[in-house]
Amino acid sequence: MGILNKILTAFRGGATEVGQGIVDANSTRIFEQEIRDAEKHLTKAKRELTDVMAKEMQANREVDRLKRSVAEHEGYATQALEKDNEALAIEVAEKIAQLDQELAEQQAANQSYSAHAERLKTLVKKTERQLSDYQRQLSMVKTTESVQKATATITDSFASSNSKLLNAKDSLERIKARQQQFDDRLQASEALAEEDSDKSLHAKLAEAGIGEQKSSANAVLDRLKAKKG
Amino acid sequence: MNIHTIANHLNGLCDQSQTGFQFDCYPIDGDVEVLQVNIIGREEIPVFVSVTDNQILCISYLWGEDEVNPERRAEMFETMLELNIPMPLSSFAKIDNKYVVYGALSVQSSMEEVEQELAVLSDNCLEVIDELVDYLK
Repeated sequence: MGILNKILTAFRGGATEVGQGIVDANSTRIFEQEIRDAEKHLTKAKRELTDVMAKEMQANREVDRLKRSVAEHEGYATQALEKDNEALAIEVAEKIAQLDQELAEQQAANQSYSAHAERLKTLVKKTERQLSDYQRQLSMVKTTESVQKATATITDSFASSNSKLLNAKDSLERIKARQQQFDDRLQASEALAEEDSDKSLHAKLAEAGIGEQKSSANAVLDRLKAKKG
Repeated sequence: MNIHTIANHLNGLCDQSQTGFQFDCYPIDGDVEVLQVNIIGREEIPVFVSVTDNQILCISYLWGEDEVNPERRAEMFETMLELNIPMPLSSFAKIDNKYVVYGALSVQSSMEEVEQELAVLSDNCLEVIDELVDYLK
């Protein structure tokens, strides 16, 4: 059974209450132990693989050396035959037979190392895949548990402070109202600032005798006199 | 990375934040340490942050099952699924009987990334409520 299925089964079964784990703490520990074991196996397999590959390289070198030696002795044997020294030729041939034997043994060993290395590589890959899958599953269980515990913590905190999370509509309305108030205030202060700058401009213009002039008492008198006249 | 380093960073930002928001956060004690992050002006909808082995989880509560109009529940689900990819950085989820939006970050994330995540999550949250309020009672 996949881990998602386990989590869903636990949810459906009502394992969401505080203190009730998705997968009980004990099986989480067992799972963690399994992961540690798999990690140990992996390290061991990798070390073994290194050894086997080193032996394979060594055997390869030995095969090359023996092949060279056989070729060399075949040359000697040919030369001995050319010189009609049959006795020496037989001696060399015996050596070649011995070398051939060693070569066959060394080649067999080499093949066996190669096959072993291949098996170990497959095993390492498989273990690595399995390990990452275990870790993914464990992280899912732990995250689920952590979120549930966090939710319990949040719920408890709100209950103990006698406050509660408002419902969505009210929360949004309050936030919007506050934002509106902020915007209104901003607009008002902008309008005010604008007015102020208007006023100061008017004052400067008046001082310079430009624009609408304040009526003075003399001007009023002049106007009255003009009316009368 | 733990909730205290996040809290210290956010509380120390004052008006120096890159996102333009001001944060006020405090840890809540419990089985798992949770950081309540209030964004100034949006205190009604806090973001809750918890840190696990490999991720930082930021969660905001949208509404409870009891607030959903039962006749439009399926429609609401469909809308949530449709919005899930377009909604930047956050996804919909359900914890117990509450609908949430959440974002998950790597524990290797920088403080700037955490700050951005929180700001976007809060924006998303308000927008989602505004947009989906018709499915509520």
